[in-house]
Amino acid sequence: MSQTEKQDRDYFSPKYNGSAPGLFEDNLNKRHRKGRIWKVIFQISTIIGIIALATLILKILNDTMGYAAIEYKQHPDALTSSGKPLDQMSCDELWPILSANVSKNRLRTIERDTPKDSLSQSGCYNLVIFEVAEPTAKKTWSLLESMLNYDEIQAITAEKYPDGDLQFKVWLNKSFILSPQSDDPLKAGIKTAILGSLYIIVIVILFSFPVGVAASIYLEEYATQNRFNRIIQTNINNLAGVPSIIYGMLGLAVFVRFLEPITSGTLFGIGDATTANGRTILSAGLTLSLLILPVVIINGQEAIRSVPNSLRQASYGMGATKWQTVWSHVLPNALPGILTGTILAVSRAFGETAPLVVVGAATFITFSPENVFSKFTSVPIQIYQWTARPQDAFQNIAAAAIIVLLVLLLILNAAAVLLRNRYSRRW
Amino acid sequence: MNLDIHLDTQLNHPVIEEIEEHQIIPAIGTKSLNVFYDDFLAVRDVNLTIEKQKITALIGPSGCGKSTVLRAFNRMNDLIPVARTTGEVLFHGQNIYNENVDPVEVRKRIGMVFQKPNPFPKSIYENIAWGARINGFSGKKSNMDDLVEQTLRGAALWDEVKDKIQDSGLSLSGGQQQRLCIARTIAVRPDIILMDEPCSALDPISTLKIEELMRDLSEDYTIIIVTHNMQQAARVSDFTAFFTLTDDRAGVLMEFGPTTDLFTNPSKQVTEDYITGRFG
Repeated sequence: MSQTEKQDRDYFSPKYNGSAPGLFEDNLNKRHRKGRIWKVIFQISTIIGIIALATLILKILNDTMGYAAIEYKQHPDALTSSGKPLDQMSCDELWPILSANVSKNRLRTIERDTPKDSLSQSGCYNLVIFEVAEPTAKKTWSLLESMLNYDEIQAITAEKYPDGDLQFKVWLNKSFILSPQSDDPLKAGIKTAILGSLYIIVIVILFSFPVGVAASIYLEEYATQNRFNRIIQTNINNLAGVPSIIYGMLGLAVFVRFLEPITSGTLFGIGDATTANGRTILSAGLTLSLLILPVVIINGQEAIRSVPNSLRQASYGMGATKWQTVWSHVLPNALPGILTGTILAVSRAFGETAPLVVVGAATFITFSPENVFSKFTSVPIQIYQWTARPQDAFQNIAAAAIIVLLVLLLILNAAAVLLRNRYSRRW
Repeated sequence: MNLDIHLDTQLNHPVIEEIEEHQIIPAIGTKSLNVFYDDFLAVRDVNLTIEKQKITALIGPSGCGKSTVLRAFNRMNDLIPVARTTGEVLFHGQNIYNENVDPVEVRKRIGMVFQKPNPFPKSIYENIAWGARINGFSGKKSNMDDLVEQTLRGAALWDEVKDKIQDSGLSLSGGQQQRLCIARTIAVRPDIILMDEPCSALDPISTLKIEELMRDLSEDYTIIIVTHNMQQAARVSDFTAFFTLTDDRAGVLMEFGPTTDLFTNPSKQVTEDYITGRFG
């Protein structure tokens, strides 16, 4: 082997010192090792996050179904003489059982509110169960317990609730989503809260998106760099970090108290002036709008700032006015970023509880909101109230409500992302 | 503010007599132009007259203020918050820095092409049509189609893009993008086109095409080009203005004259040093 060949072969070995022997130490392995260590640290961080998320979801799912010991005032099986199970009976067969077991007054009320002809078979069945059998959930078990300790659960039920049934209940079901609030966890549903949340979020979007985007355009494109504008900018940045409960107090003072005639709708002749108190969907929506406004503005500014200056220059260089430049070039190119920021902020508003408690979310309403001047409750408020209850079963429906909240958030975000992708054509 | 009224008013300036014997028609000129960035004097006392339908090159070492002077011609310096201009830029007899002159109107008459090709992230068609539309183009859709075609033909780009007119302007090659930017500029029918190192990001073949295009355009338009490339200045320009730095780092106009004279027989030693590559 000639000298040159040997040198060529050794060229990429760390031992080769090239033309400057002694000037560089052989540290390539060290550098690679350092890189690998950091990579592992980054991976571990990601894994911690994923584990935390998975634990949360599993914990909640664990609570949304499982065995429940249910006691009846009158056991459903005792109601039928024919031996045919209730849930297989038609409405016509169920109705006599109902009328035989409830008072005349109650029957009249039921017939007025929910006439027999309007009910499906399951509607009739539920009516009989809740009006006649009157179940109560005495004790509930999580999914994990139900799977692993079935014998123990059976023993406990047999011992403590000899008259009770052991049923496998899926707490997150259709009737849970479609029923209004109730103080019986078996009957309680999330419909009122879902509608309240949706109303609020619509107000939040309608208010904070245009105002936030307009403010960010002003601050980025129009405002000159002077002391006054710098103070405003600093304030907005700080407001983004103010605890949400403070916004609740602001909302209470401004929207609930001061602007009460507007937020309760009495100014427009809507709502009952005698009971109006400003604790309405409108107040809640505006309060949450204020809460996320700084975040929307800051995100909007970020997005606008990331539009390359060469585009603005090109536009001005052709005789465009500032408005034409902003409208035709800056905004379309900043829109994806603006929408991403707004989506995140609205998601935050959707899950916000504290300010709504202060603004005065109703603790218990069974009627769906009719308009923005209605009393309201929202999904997170409902979750908060249910988790505070001592009975087992409320924990289960709280878990079910959390799933509903997460799914709603997912739908909201997916819709916004689709919208964003549709309106931000990439060139 | 309508600048057309003064279309026939000619610019009278002492520099004119100094440099040329033949009757020249000035397009734009500066009188004691100073540009400051904050307190820093970037360009000092520039007196320059640009001849109509000719190509004038501004050359000089880095930081000598030639781009600043170029941007002063259509008030692009206004977009830099700290920039301040004194003196006059005379266009059709009027100082474009007068209070009653709208910079938007100025930029419509004096278009600009930038160093890096920066087509709008829109279709090729829209790149051309947008400028016409915002400047009040009132024709029908078919007129707009004609305008786009004419403009692209004018920029020697039509044959290359006619089949993909609705594609993104960014899908073109660098040289094509720059020609699209030139087309976009001439779509609004300016009097003067300013070019700030238009070929510095392009390969030699694209550069050649742009230079050919500039020669064609100079039949209808006055072109002022900033370039770092002396061969380019020598190749394309009719007149050359050489800028340099003084000791206090302010840019000054050192020498101005017909390109052939300036390159073959510079009157100042520093000009000769620069064009022969001894500094800069």
